[in-house]
Amino acid sequence: MNRVAVLGAGMTRFMRRSLETGRELCWEAASAALADAGLTLADIDCVVLGSAPDAFDGVHMKGEYLLDGAGAKGKPYTRVYVGGGTGVFMVPAGWWHVASGMFRTCLVLAEEKMSPTQPHPQGAFNAIYDQFTERPLGVNLLWIFSLEMHRYMQTYGIPVETIAKVAVKNKKNAKDHPASQVAGDFTVDQIVNSEVMAYPVMRLMVSPVTDGAAAIVLANEEFAKKKGGKHVWVEGVGWNLDTSYWTNRDLAYPQYVENAAKMAFKMAGIKDPRKEIHVVEPYDPFAYKELHHLEGLQLADKGQAPRRLEEGFWDRDTTTGIPSSPSGGLLGVGNPIAAAGLMKVIEIYYQLSGKAGKRQIKRNAQRGMAQAWGDLMQVGTVMIMGVER
Amino acid sequence: MSHNVAIVGAGYTPLRALSPDVSFREMIFEAAVRAYEDAGITPKEVDSVIALGEDYREGTCISDEYVPDQLGAVQKPVQTVCGDGVQALGVAWMLLNSGAADVVLLEGHSKASNILHPAHVEAMALDPTFVRPHAWNPVFLAGLEMRRFLEDSGTTPVQAARVAAKNKRNALRNPLAAYPAKVSPEQVLASRPVAEPLTELAIAPPADGAFVFIVANEAGLKRCNGRPVTLDGIGWSSDTCNVHTRDWGWAAYTEQAAGRAYQMAGITKPAEQIDFAEVDDAYTYKELQHLEALGLAPRGQSAKLLDKGTFDPGGKLPVNVSGGSLGCGNLHDASAFRSLLEVVLQLRGHAGERQLSRAERGLVCSWRGVPTATGGVAVLSRR
Repeated sequence: MNRVAVLGAGMTRFMRRSLETGRELCWEAASAALADAGLTLADIDCVVLGSAPDAFDGVHMKGEYLLDGAGAKGKPYTRVYVGGGTGVFMVPAGWWHVASGMFRTCLVLAEEKMSPTQPHPQGAFNAIYDQFTERPLGVNLLWIFSLEMHRYMQTYGIPVETIAKVAVKNKKNAKDHPASQVAGDFTVDQIVNSEVMAYPVMRLMVSPVTDGAAAIVLANEEFAKKKGGKHVWVEGVGWNLDTSYWTNRDLAYPQYVENAAKMAFKMAGIKDPRKEIHVVEPYDPFAYKELHHLEGLQLADKGQAPRRLEEGFWDRDTTTGIPSSPSGGLLGVGNPIAAAGLMKVIEIYYQLSGKAGKRQIKRNAQRGMAQAWGDLMQVGTVMIMGVER
Repeated sequence: MSHNVAIVGAGYTPLRALSPDVSFREMIFEAAVRAYEDAGITPKEVDSVIALGEDYREGTCISDEYVPDQLGAVQKPVQTVCGDGVQALGVAWMLLNSGAADVVLLEGHSKASNILHPAHVEAMALDPTFVRPHAWNPVFLAGLEMRRFLEDSGTTPVQAARVAAKNKRNALRNPLAAYPAKVSPEQVLASRPVAEPLTELAIAPPADGAFVFIVANEAGLKRCNGRPVTLDGIGWSSDTCNVHTRDWGWAAYTEQAAGRAYQMAGITKPAEQIDFAEVDDAYTYKELQHLEALGLAPRGQSAKLLDKGTFDPGGKLPVNVSGGSLGCGNLHDASAFRSLLEVVLQLRGHAGERQLSRAERGLVCSWRGVPTATGGVAVLSRR
């Protein structure tokens, strides 16, 4: 197996109703990543792109439409897809292109342009449900999350105010992220008293509708060594998909995230993740999801992530805990689904290479982890990166 | 580069114009059971799963959600590739060579009969800013492309129509085929005009069906008890999706994909080293255009070779002995799996009355359909 290095990263601003087309967003992110890596398109052997439902951009075979902007003309190019988990899944996807020995370098893109969905992307989310049993109920994503959040709170006795603190933390962290869409200083009261979407999910606990794109450049060891310098390496990848029958499993715990994390730990040779992972970007489209996922990632015991939150264990400035979502996450930076996952990956890359600027965490980070989640509360995608050792 | 990847199990359903009695998940289940049986394994032995899917065709947003259960793949590393069967096989090759998996399952299906207005779906693939506002049926692209190809290659309409006559006739000997028929090139030309010079019988009609394959590396083969067929080489490539800036006469994506696959397989003279080929024929001219880009016919000579019978089942290089998409039905991205199945059956000597006498090495050539310029090439050989 070939080792895989990260040579560069780039992203667009995250915003609603961008004037750029999806192709232009891809071009912007790809160009930024190539510039960061000091490479040109001629150095790129293949391209892999991730984007969540076609319904958002409103383009059938969206991957084909975006390929010019992604720099894939005349190259081997594939779009892979695991719903909301796609963004972080792009690291395994890029990794196997290089690790398998088929390609030296791979440009990895993620794009999402949600604002073309009118009147609101939640309408498209109705079509993710079973067409016979669930769609006729007129359900959307907020509804399913209210069920899962309820179950999580009920199982472990978690007050809604504690969960609101995830939104406070992430929106504050995002103030230092140049791409951010909904950063700011909020109080727990403001979060809890914001508009009820589907109780106990409140508006400020939900990530926004966003347009954006992100990109990274991966290369094999030989190519990376030739470029010189210290690199960040992909150490582990994992992904796992649970049953489509989401009604048949316990919503209190994301078993599929645990499975994905264990696949990545095994590959990275990690025995004790709480000691060996120094910074984490768990998927936080809804406030409770960050806590839910931290437990699935084995970084907290079941039901204990909220207590750790109260202790400041997940804060960006912690020296004894594990900083979680130092970027500001989806709740602060924004949520162009696939691009949001890759934004989290890029944050780990920045943190490990000391490029995170004002967001640089206080503790020394040798190894970081990012995770995303999607489909019908069903898929976990995980990647672990580490610095040269 | 290693050449240690083999297809060790294949499962399928018959192809049909309509399948109101089964859901797509039931079709996949049937194909999966056959594939597991063929490979001599249970779902437990599978490390990673790749499904093909495009949301608009499935009528489901995030169709990836409905992949795992009918494959026995719950809580496994499952993913969807928004591409064709050759691209999925390429992903399998990479997983098997990167240490991520030793046994990979591939799934692809078509439930085209569920789509009430296929042209409306395909029109959504057109550039929303520059092309889609014209509100044309996307098949116009194939009509324009065919005209360009005929012009560039000197092929006549009746020569192109012979592709449909050949493939539909070949399909008469394929029990899986949905559209076998005895038709003359004149009948093809005289059928209803769709997008000049394309006529109704020159277009592969849609069909329903499902395919599952089990692919393994050397370590994975030890778990299996099927009859392996070796994957010698694979490649895929994309030309631009911009209809206003691409070369309409030449399948550049096929030429690039074939270059990669031949290099991996160590093939320098494809026309001599390939025994038979399953080549995308969603439209009659596509088979000829692809054969030239594959180097299986000199540029501008494919129609002449077709006239000479070179591509007939008894010819020097049989092409689409299965009946192709014109005879079996168009399964969109899963069409590549239909081609792959034929190559596996021929190499194993299991193709029944259409078994070729010389079948040591076969080729699959795929294309994702209008408006794309994406396709792949895989070369497989008897083990």
